[in-house]
Amino acid sequence: MAVSSVAVQPRPSILSRLSESHNALGFGFMLPAAALLLVFLTYPLGLGVWLGFTDARIGRPGIFIGVENYEYLWSDGVFWLSVFNTLLYTASASLLKFVLGLWLALILNQNLPFKSFFRAIVLLPWVVPTVLSAIAFWWIYDSQFSILSWALQQMGLIDHRINFLGDPTNARASVIAANVWRGIPFVAITLLAGLQTIPQSLYEAATLDGASRWQLFRYVTLPLLTPIIAITMTFSVLFTFTDFQLIYVLTRGGPVNATHLMATLSFQRGISGGQLGEGAAIAVAMIPFLLAAILFSYFGLQRRKWQQGGAD
Amino acid sequence: MATKAKRPEIDEGGMGYLQSLPRRVVTVYLPLLVFVIVLLFPFYWMTITAVKPNLEMTDYQNFNPFWVVHPTLEHIRYLLFETSYPGWLLNTIIISTAATFLSLLASVFAAYAIERLRFSGARQVGLAVFLAYLVPPSILFIPLSVMVFNLGLYDTPFALILTYPTFLVPFCTWLLMGYFRSIPFELEECALIDGASRWQILTKIVLPLSVPGLISAGIFAFTLSWNEFIYALTFIQSSENKTVPVGVLTELVRSDVYEWGALMAGALIGSLPVVVLYSFFVEHYVSSMTGAVKE
Repeated sequence: MAVSSVAVQPRPSILSRLSESHNALGFGFMLPAAALLLVFLTYPLGLGVWLGFTDARIGRPGIFIGVENYEYLWSDGVFWLSVFNTLLYTASASLLKFVLGLWLALILNQNLPFKSFFRAIVLLPWVVPTVLSAIAFWWIYDSQFSILSWALQQMGLIDHRINFLGDPTNARASVIAANVWRGIPFVAITLLAGLQTIPQSLYEAATLDGASRWQLFRYVTLPLLTPIIAITMTFSVLFTFTDFQLIYVLTRGGPVNATHLMATLSFQRGISGGQLGEGAAIAVAMIPFLLAAILFSYFGLQRRKWQQGGAD
Repeated sequence: MATKAKRPEIDEGGMGYLQSLPRRVVTVYLPLLVFVIVLLFPFYWMTITAVKPNLEMTDYQNFNPFWVVHPTLEHIRYLLFETSYPGWLLNTIIISTAATFLSLLASVFAAYAIERLRFSGARQVGLAVFLAYLVPPSILFIPLSVMVFNLGLYDTPFALILTYPTFLVPFCTWLLMGYFRSIPFELEECALIDGASRWQILTKIVLPLSVPGLISAGIFAFTLSWNEFIYALTFIQSSENKTVPVGVLTELVRSDVYEWGALMAGALIGSLPVVVLYSFFVEHYVSSMTGAVKE
């Protein structure tokens, strides 16, 4: 009976059948985004890996030279210095951003007057274009007219001007400070959102059980905040690791390559120096580090879900 | 979403009454004050330098550098009338708007398909979109510059309009997926029963309900395009095609004597549009930022 009733109905047209099919419709809806991403993201990613194996230069398509670029980089002191700088920069800036950002989030989570006003103000460094705020830092770090040196001199803390960007150690500290300044708001605001989802009743219960303020933080806040900390810090680490703008504005990698990150070295060799192949090889060398960071946070998250007794 | 936002209000205050005022001053207000001063000082310094005459800018003996005695608009006048700055502003506006529009268009369809059409492999595609967001511009700019050159787009606005979606589309798609998820299935099912096509459901039911999400994604995409630097630095060569961040850095820093006043004015004016946009939509901005991370 069911069969005969189907047979009586006219066959639906191809168009209407297509619009019923989730797969065909899904394909059609995905098409614009997929085309954009495949052409301008996936393909260049592959092209970058390929370029790393060629001796391409600007204006001259290269030929395949195997791992020669990597062999050269392996014996290149400046490359290894940039790897060291990148790791140092990422580790210290991320750590500072995390500690200060968490502190700021905890402060903003208190019952403050003008809370939303403060939250809006605090995000400003993150909204303003990095290059433009970096230019402000450049002026703050000026060797002659630095306002920081002047203020410290007035307070009698130092007796001569600090050479912020001219000395390797100072330059490293200065760019890290500028990066931390820019990164704190992101960490603070995302962690604040996480803090606001923790029910107050947990704190009240812990207080009744006699927990100290430190214990409240250590055994209530921190465990409940772990997942959002993991995601926030993954993003923070990834963006710090691949940072380019701040260094390019403040030091361009100097003095004597002390602040060269892998991204800025890649730009210097690949675009300014015209050695596209070598620049691409440096960029490709960043990928293992990025993958390691992503996997680390992924498995960190998994572990936590298991601890909570939740399913994956 | 709405319930989540409401919860803290119910608990507001919590055990705050247990803290005495002096203690709050030391643990809350004082650190907050320091944070706010440090976070805002560069903007203050930018502003004060932009209106400071050159004489005061370099003479710390006779003038307190933290204040300006004779404010001047000379730097801003120089910037607007004797450099290509207005052109860079216009370029940035055009490029950011076009890239945002293109990305939103592509993202709405993609997010709806992944979240609601549930075609086979939708989950994997969703994950791929997220991974695409993690691919940083610093490893793409060299191969992209080769592509841009071969496509004949080098030194045109299209080089940027077409490449900015590489980071905008994944972000907006991810954000909109979260929004579409919060729209009840029942609404769509009702529409399906009433004979609406998928297209009608999307345009008449889902999109009107996700206007806040679209605004969030839009202002976020606009801000990200406005702030973009490495592609704009690599793909654009001629002065008249540059965007604000690149133009300020490469064109205003030329002579041995830095024009600090004009530089700071350029940085200030270049920041204003995103700050104004941000101040209008601060709640959307915060929710999209935290929402995108929480997903």
